Amino acid sequence: MADNEAVADDKTTTGDYFELAGRRYKSRLIVGTGKYVDFEQTRIAVEASGAEIVTVALRRVNITNADEENLLDYLDPEHYTILPNTAGCYTADEAVRTCRLAREAGIGKLVKLEVIGDERTLFPDVAATLEAAKILVEEGFDVLPYVTDDPVACQRLEDIGCPAVMPLAAPIGSGLGIRNPWNISIIREHSGVPVIVDAGVGTASDAARVMELGCDAVLMNTAIAGADNPVLMAEAMKLGVEAGRKAWVAGRIAMKKYATASSPVTGLVG
Amino acid sequence: MPEETTQLTINGEASSIPDGCSVGALIKRLGLAGKRCAVELNRNIISSEDWERTRLAAGDQVEIVNFVGGG
Repeated sequence: MADNEAVADDKTTTGDYFELAGRRYKSRLIVGTGKYVDFEQTRIAVEASGAEIVTVALRRVNITNADEENLLDYLDPEHYTILPNTAGCYTADEAVRTCRLAREAGIGKLVKLEVIGDERTLFPDVAATLEAAKILVEEGFDVLPYVTDDPVACQRLEDIGCPAVMPLAAPIGSGLGIRNPWNISIIREHSGVPVIVDAGVGTASDAARVMELGCDAVLMNTAIAGADNPVLMAEAMKLGVEAGRKAWVAGRIAMKKYATASSPVTGLVG
Repeated sequence: MPEETTQLTINGEASSIPDGCSVGALIKRLGLAGKRCAVELNRNIISSEDWERTRLAAGDQVEIVNFVGGG
């Protein structure tokens, strides 16, 4: 494939950056901040993951105890790119409203658009996602849409002006890994914008596999936060992403049905 | 003499605030001054620069949101 040639010329991945909405990132792992025991564990796990972009949700302030600690006291927005999501939104209207509020809260114009269509699978409502993406792009947002692993839907989102597309590997929080690597590969092959696989990753080999398919980055939350040892899993994911990326850039060997000897076939002792 | 109050809804809860209270004053009363949050008044976003001059009235629906952990 031609996709990895530019980086492969460099022989290593030292100069390998992930570009998203005009910014360069060294890390290709984006992590969520939900489901941790407390903010301190969130902070340590995020640090161990090496992520430079972290997702957050927008919710009502607890007005009876507004003094409680805030997540952003632990994750400095000067250090991390904060990516607000629209999790829990079931209509384009709700998602647009959430993005406008997130921008007002002073984080910036980068948003993770998520319009859910079904509460059992949490699969996206693609039609509503397209509708919301169109409005948000027109309003100047950098929209990163969570979408089904559907090459056509990804193309439509790119056409609308999304600076990346985020197809799912499997249902959110399922840990099933990439259920349709062929679709993900087709999406990567035809996308003119970065492809970030979002949701469904279970373990480090899944993260590596995402990168081995040539994807630009991977976004996960439950796989780390739900592990018995989230901090150790965060580090495992970092290494998985790095290994997968290097393998992609290096260019794997072709699969063959029969063996090819690794040692010389001549000069054997008589 | 007891303070005159205005009844309104904040984050879905029936609340009472002093008459003539602005959004900015409400934010201070709630201990949110200087914290990263956004305010909607009757579904319209009120930019922080307009908080002080925006008065709250009886029956208003106020939403105050901030960032929490999420994926």
